[in-house]
Amino acid sequence: MGNVTRTAAEIQLASARPEMTGPRGRKPRKALSRRNIMIYGTLIIVSLYYLLPLYVMIVTSLKGMPEIRLGNIFSPPVEITFQPWVKAWAEACTGLNCDGLSRGFFNSVRILIPSVLLSIAIASVNGYALANWRFKGSETFFTILIVGAFIPYQVMIYPIVIMLREIGLYGSLTGLVIVHTIFGMPILTLLFRNYFASVPQELFKAARVDGAGFWGIYFRIMVPMSLPIFVVAMILQVTGIWNDFLFGVIYTKPDLYPMTVQLNNIVNSTQGVKEYNVNMAATILTGLVPLTIYFISGKLFVRGIAAGAVKG
Amino acid sequence: MAAATGPTRWHKNLSAKVAAIPMITTALVVFIGGTAWTVLYSFTSSKLLPKEKFVGFAQYERLWNSSKWLISIENLAIYGAFSLVFSLLIGFVLAALLDQKIRFEDTFRTILLYPFALSFIVTGLAWQWILNPDFGVQQVVRNLGWDSFSFDPLYDPEIVIYGILIAGLWQGTGLIMCLMLAGLRGIDEDIWKAAKIDGIPMWKTYVFIVIPMMRGIFITAIVLIASGIIKVYDLVVAQTGGGPGIASEVPAKYVYDAMFLSQNLGQGFAASTMMLLSVIIIVVPWAYLEFGGKRRG
Repeated sequence: MGNVTRTAAEIQLASARPEMTGPRGRKPRKALSRRNIMIYGTLIIVSLYYLLPLYVMIVTSLKGMPEIRLGNIFSPPVEITFQPWVKAWAEACTGLNCDGLSRGFFNSVRILIPSVLLSIAIASVNGYALANWRFKGSETFFTILIVGAFIPYQVMIYPIVIMLREIGLYGSLTGLVIVHTIFGMPILTLLFRNYFASVPQELFKAARVDGAGFWGIYFRIMVPMSLPIFVVAMILQVTGIWNDFLFGVIYTKPDLYPMTVQLNNIVNSTQGVKEYNVNMAATILTGLVPLTIYFISGKLFVRGIAAGAVKG
Repeated sequence: MAAATGPTRWHKNLSAKVAAIPMITTALVVFIGGTAWTVLYSFTSSKLLPKEKFVGFAQYERLWNSSKWLISIENLAIYGAFSLVFSLLIGFVLAALLDQKIRFEDTFRTILLYPFALSFIVTGLAWQWILNPDFGVQQVVRNLGWDSFSFDPLYDPEIVIYGILIAGLWQGTGLIMCLMLAGLRGIDEDIWKAAKIDGIPMWKTYVFIVIPMMRGIFITAIVLIASGIIKVYDLVVAQTGGGPGIASEVPAKYVYDAMFLSQNLGQGFAASTMMLLSVIIIVVPWAYLEFGGKRRG
């Protein structure tokens, strides 16, 4: 598993200090060389292709239905209307509930906050114990955890249904929080373990000599020294949990569905007239939280996903 | 690194052991216990509820005789093969382009990676709309005057999986590009200088020198893509719902449908065990190459 975090470090290194790579390739030439036209041309065309779906979603969500029926999905709206956004947020129907996507949004928030906090709290303590307080068998459990990250979720979902049902949490938000904590544990534990292992051992030993115990060292030394990795873990978990669909649909019930599940139910509903503008507004609304995180966090996001991609 | 090299009596490290209880429980009960339970119950005739009536390989026979499962496997193979090849190819080419000391590198990278931040549901719905035959790309081209133009992957059973592939690649190639870019940045400058002095063309340097040096990154990328392929589920649910008919079913959806929609737990367990088996077939050789052989720097 070493190579996953090595990759993350490389990405950060590479993107943080590009000037250290020194000159490469051919000598600089004038701006409009054939080579430059090819490179920038390709990149611009590819970038436009990547931006296209976002653009189409936005323009569609700002059009009225008559304009959509007559027009072209790529053309900008003639008459901008925010009605689809209002409807998607507050009025769109799933089943009998007609209070819009806002319900899913608040469910997702109620799932997200405890899941992120709990999974990071548990995984950071795991990583700390594995890096600094090894005990007999700790490496074995860690290996099982990492191997477990490769097991398809489908193999474990039903046993977890049974376990949650036994403790009365099947179909509740608490149950889903536990599930997110469990499945976030392998990658987060790996992340924290490797980070804590790189904290100088002298600090740890000095604190031991001064009489600090397991929790004292964790709270007074490890956490304050490791804030960047906590931010990376948070980015990873917020986007991962927000974007989850499978666990949401399995472990909650309709009025507690997270935003992704509710979005899918609104858009792929077979009843009523399709309102494509409302659907696209709803789709953008659901994508807004991870996109915001992405654009704000920049390079930290790259680092997070490189570490978390295994979780996928 | 081991700090606990001192006395190892059980209470010496008690706090650490107590703190590790959630990890130990997850590892033993959920990962090992849950997996073993599912594999065991795949040999039973469980329907609505799990029951201990063992029927040998009957569930597996039924599975491999089910046309829905066979289509799922075929789709996964097509999606997987194309997704692997194109992700690596596009990811590498884009990374190589970004690595040419260009301006606005951060802007390009931000644009190419943003789809990865989105949920598969969002991706699936966006592409469902773009590929909509009445309003999307097909209609736009027809409106330009080419009346017989046909591009309707989501409603054509023959090519529906390629419609999903388009969306999957759109979302996933950015990540592979980022990995590859990190790999390229890790290549020693002197290699480029040496190749230049020897007069080796750039593309040859890439193909014969740089790519072999990035072996580790490629293996990581392949494992990432492969584990993503096996898990593909949300994208299909959002984009086609498995349709038209059962033309775009995938194994993960087969498992979900069997367990939670058609009350056929035994089939779900057997199908998920097959998924586990395919992961083992991929991961074990990789783990062997990566950790079994000689350590590489």
